[in-house]
Amino acid sequence: MFRFLLKRLALTIPTFIALMFITFVMIRLVPGDPIEVRRGERGISPERLAQLRHEMGLDQPIWKQFLDYANALLHGDFGTSIVSKSPVLHEFLTLFPATVELTATAMLFAVVLGVPAGVIAASRRGGIYDQTLMGLALTGYSMPIFWWGLILVLVMSNTLGLTPVSGRVDLVNYYYDPVTGFMLIDSLLSDQDGAFWDAVRHLILPMIVLGTVPLAVIARMTRSSMLEVLEEDYVRTARAKGLSWTRIVGVHALRNALIPVVTVIGLQVGGLLAGAVLTETIFSWPGVGKWLIESINRRDYPALQGGIMLIATIVILVNLLVDLLYGLINPRIRHAK
Amino acid sequence: MPSDTVIPAVAAAPAPPAPPGPIRAFWRAFRENRGAVLGLVIVSIIFFVAIFANWLAPYNPLEQFRGSETLPPFWAEGSDPKFILGTDAVGRDMLSRLMYGARVSLFIGLSVMVVSMVVGVALGLVSAFFGGLLDVMIIRVMDLIMAIPSLVLAILIIAIIGPNLTNTIVAVTIVGLPRYVRLVRASALSELTKDYVTAAKVSGVGKFRLMTVTVLPNCLAPLIVQAALGMSDAILEAAGLGFLGLGAQPPTPEWGSMLADTRDLMLSHPWVMAFPGIAILITVLAINLLGDGLRDALDPRLRRS
Amino acid sequence: MKFRTLLGAALLASSMLVANAAEAAKTLVYCSEGSPENFTPAINTTGTSFDAARPVYNRLVQFKPGTTEVEPALAESWKVSPDGLTITFKLRKGVKFHSGVNGFTPTRDLTAEDVIWSFDRQWKPDHPYAKVSNGSYDYFNDMGMPDLLDSISKGDDDLTVIFKLKKPNAPILANLAMDFAAIQSAEYAKYLMDKGTPEQFDQIPVGTGSFQFVAYQKDAVIRYKAFDGWAGKPKIDNLVYAITPDATARYAKLKANECQVMIAPNPADLAEIKKNPDVKVLEQAGLNIGYYAMNNEKPPFDKKEVREAFAMAIDRDAIIKEVYQGAGQKAKNLIPPTMWSYDDKIKDVEYNPEKAKKMLADAGVKDLKIDIWWMPVQRPYNPNAKRMAEMIQADLAKIGVDSTLVSYEWGEYRKRMQAGEHMTGMLGWTGDNGDPDNFFGVLLGCNPEGKPNSNNIPKWCNAKFQEVVNKAAQITDKAERTKLYMEAQKIQAEEMPQVNIAHSTVFEPIRKNVKGYKVSPLGSHEFQNVELE
Repeated sequence: MFRFLLKRLALTIPTFIALMFITFVMIRLVPGDPIEVRRGERGISPERLAQLRHEMGLDQPIWKQFLDYANALLHGDFGTSIVSKSPVLHEFLTLFPATVELTATAMLFAVVLGVPAGVIAASRRGGIYDQTLMGLALTGYSMPIFWWGLILVLVMSNTLGLTPVSGRVDLVNYYYDPVTGFMLIDSLLSDQDGAFWDAVRHLILPMIVLGTVPLAVIARMTRSSMLEVLEEDYVRTARAKGLSWTRIVGVHALRNALIPVVTVIGLQVGGLLAGAVLTETIFSWPGVGKWLIESINRRDYPALQGGIMLIATIVILVNLLVDLLYGLINPRIRHAK
Repeated sequence: MPSDTVIPAVAAAPAPPAPPGPIRAFWRAFRENRGAVLGLVIVSIIFFVAIFANWLAPYNPLEQFRGSETLPPFWAEGSDPKFILGTDAVGRDMLSRLMYGARVSLFIGLSVMVVSMVVGVALGLVSAFFGGLLDVMIIRVMDLIMAIPSLVLAILIIAIIGPNLTNTIVAVTIVGLPRYVRLVRASALSELTKDYVTAAKVSGVGKFRLMTVTVLPNCLAPLIVQAALGMSDAILEAAGLGFLGLGAQPPTPEWGSMLADTRDLMLSHPWVMAFPGIAILITVLAINLLGDGLRDALDPRLRRS
Repeated sequence: MKFRTLLGAALLASSMLVANAAEAAKTLVYCSEGSPENFTPAINTTGTSFDAARPVYNRLVQFKPGTTEVEPALAESWKVSPDGLTITFKLRKGVKFHSGVNGFTPTRDLTAEDVIWSFDRQWKPDHPYAKVSNGSYDYFNDMGMPDLLDSISKGDDDLTVIFKLKKPNAPILANLAMDFAAIQSAEYAKYLMDKGTPEQFDQIPVGTGSFQFVAYQKDAVIRYKAFDGWAGKPKIDNLVYAITPDATARYAKLKANECQVMIAPNPADLAEIKKNPDVKVLEQAGLNIGYYAMNNEKPPFDKKEVREAFAMAIDRDAIIKEVYQGAGQKAKNLIPPTMWSYDDKIKDVEYNPEKAKKMLADAGVKDLKIDIWWMPVQRPYNPNAKRMAEMIQADLAKIGVDSTLVSYEWGEYRKRMQAGEHMTGMLGWTGDNGDPDNFFGVLLGCNPEGKPNSNNIPKWCNAKFQEVVNKAAQITDKAERTKLYMEAQKIQAEEMPQVNIAHSTVFEPIRKNVKGYKVSPLGSHEFQNVELE
């Protein structure tokens, strides 16, 4: 087990080096200049531009910039954002909890609704529940989430006034310092009446929007995996032994059917982060997705480089974790390795 | 399979009927699935509309009718019967733009699908057959692509090569490529262990021929399913890029950018925003229905029932 | 996260007090657009950042609220020497700095030292704070201060500051009223330097303004409390900026009385907002111009008739309606009507596609293929360049001109346009200080060799126009200058170097119980004199 882990970790090292190189090169290929882009109509004189580029080290040869960058990275320094002038790692860490909060609740939403939906559909195969649920799931899977977000805002916020239009929390009425960065937790810690509910209200629409596609995927996956398991001998045996259908489905079959679902959940993390980019943009959610897009627009090289590196690291680690988890819940795989 | 072939009663014909060919068998399985057939019908209609948009669309999608801006569809109050689905912010006919937009979206979807198939099959087969360093490199690059959130990567690519229709296709293809490569590689690897491949090898079939003629056809079934799903994903991703202003450039009627263009009118004229989204949803949904049908019909394990 | 805690922690105690007392105290919430980059105006360029620093700081002189008129602020008076080369400012006595922010307690009032310190940071590379926060002092340089300033020194006493100039300059007082000229505390700077945390200087501001900084959370909120300073105690106790990037969300908050003043409503929603009985929509003609420039260096735009035909072909009324959603007025001159020297007698170009088509044919132009550049960003003078481009394209198609739409990333776009790569394209300008030279000289100016300046996007040089504008910039007599600028407008209307599309209108919805709030023509937001009922 441990050796397997080590081997997998070792395999990611070349990936990181390549990632570092490719992001660096790609970002430098983007036309535009971090100084130019921040100027208004007036623009900037060539002399002043040259001076500023020199101060920022942008006039160094590319290979030197890369070596400096790689060297700093090895020492855990992700550079300093050109726009905010604060360390990239610090920026990332202040924004990341917002993204985690959003993606984690979206995933929770997807699992809590998706698994039962899949189980119900599978146990009523071909029936009206199955068809309705799977029809809905496919619709969710086909949803352009940026449009879905706008429609939900239009209906839920503007017409019905149920939820706020955007943002994470109302810090005007409820003021508290970020302790953990997770508003659901911070609002509870703040001990102010209504603060938690306020945080929930802000979270609900983005969560639904981001959770829609994973919800559909999980429901579909649970159903097909459940169908497969229900065909297996031990389920038949259990039925023959006269165990109740609920017990068979709920206890025996579900446990085994969930194995592939766990993998799917893991694989959805990458997709979720991509979806978070659009969701955060629509709801002005101050997370890393929105920050990355803004960094591209502002040509904030260090922020973009550092941000992509950090996100990619997380995706790679999560995939690794899923592999391990998969090995744990499915001993056959572990022995095979 | 035999269970659903109707065996004619006694000796009308002396010889038993030949087993149905693979295509007929596939079609039989496919048409049982009502959803899939519905998907096929809708996709056909959308293709028809896209191809014949010149004749079907009531107006030129670029023509601006001054004084008739942001009209609602015909059933809503304040509409103009001349414009069935109303007009957009600068007075262009919504229906015509949607019809021409189908062209753009399907073109993107198909192009991405074809290019991904060709490149994905090539890389996947090479990876599976040659193994070694080449395999490692290809797989590492694919891992790399998958580690960066797809939309961020696509935006970065577009930022480098500039926003337009062709570049949207390039970006979406690159982002989606790993799925094709991995799929082809995995199925080729599993085929390679089978006896018929060994037999072919022994009988001296060349590597290239082994790759393309012997192994590839046996990997096609999952690939076809992936292609259908890949097409719908491509349409969604391209629309997402269009929504961020990085897709087809104005005044091209592209559904995603049509949505983005009217975001400021969301509250005052919700209709203008509703239709492009519905068009995307219906198209993607229909293709996915079709893809599901293909999968069920092609995958013998799920076919029985 | 550490750093953020640091930002807040020092102030945690006071902020909590404020939050708890908020019920009883009068709190004004302003729904702003975005997070400031930091709180030192000298190193910023965005209106959002200026707005965030403005409650805290003062300048030597300031714009009278709601106008572009200069009035005394930290300097109670000033004298200009007869040769125009020396300006002597007399500072107000007993001006207090904020106390208790970030653990800093000032031991002295404002003196000449603070003024000199604030300008030297932007001017002298060996200043101890010159490199802090990688500041680049854009405005100081853009307004040409290094070329203009000879020295800034202390006068006979601590409250006298003497500016020596290299050449006489009429707009300098207006420049000193701009945000970059904010006066910061030299003592606070030293305090932080001794503590080893100079970068906090730009994050946790200490100034002389009517509001004292309390706390800031990125992308969420900035809090200030009233300060009883030289300008008197404000009539509200707390000022809060609720950072709300989405226009729809801002209005939702205003509607729910979660904020009382909001910036930049979505123009398409104005009709709806105006119907709300609790809300008043303030409006003010913006000090800006959105224009469509034809590159005069590229044929056929070297011909006056072609330029006129284009101006005639563009349906600006439709553009005002659909692009500006009514929040703008058709422009016939380069400068907006609220600016002094505006010539209302100039006759506007009529919309007449038939005549335009004929003029084009008469000029011998046919099968013309052009590009239309549109900027990829929203600007105050042009809320939707893409839509405008699509409309102009359709208008030009009607006179037989075939066009393609072109755009680049913003920095690239502006750079290429300044280099004159475009055939036609749109850009605009927001005035910095309310001086007409800031429009005529900048937007249509040419150098002595008759080559267009970089901001001269139509790349148009006219000797007569240049002479008039140059003369007007060097004299100080306003009546005389007015006459000259009116002449400049006549020449422009005659020659039609570009199509002036619109001056946008700035709308700011406020709750009806907010009194004394004025919309600034310069696009800034000030709450010093605001009252809540």
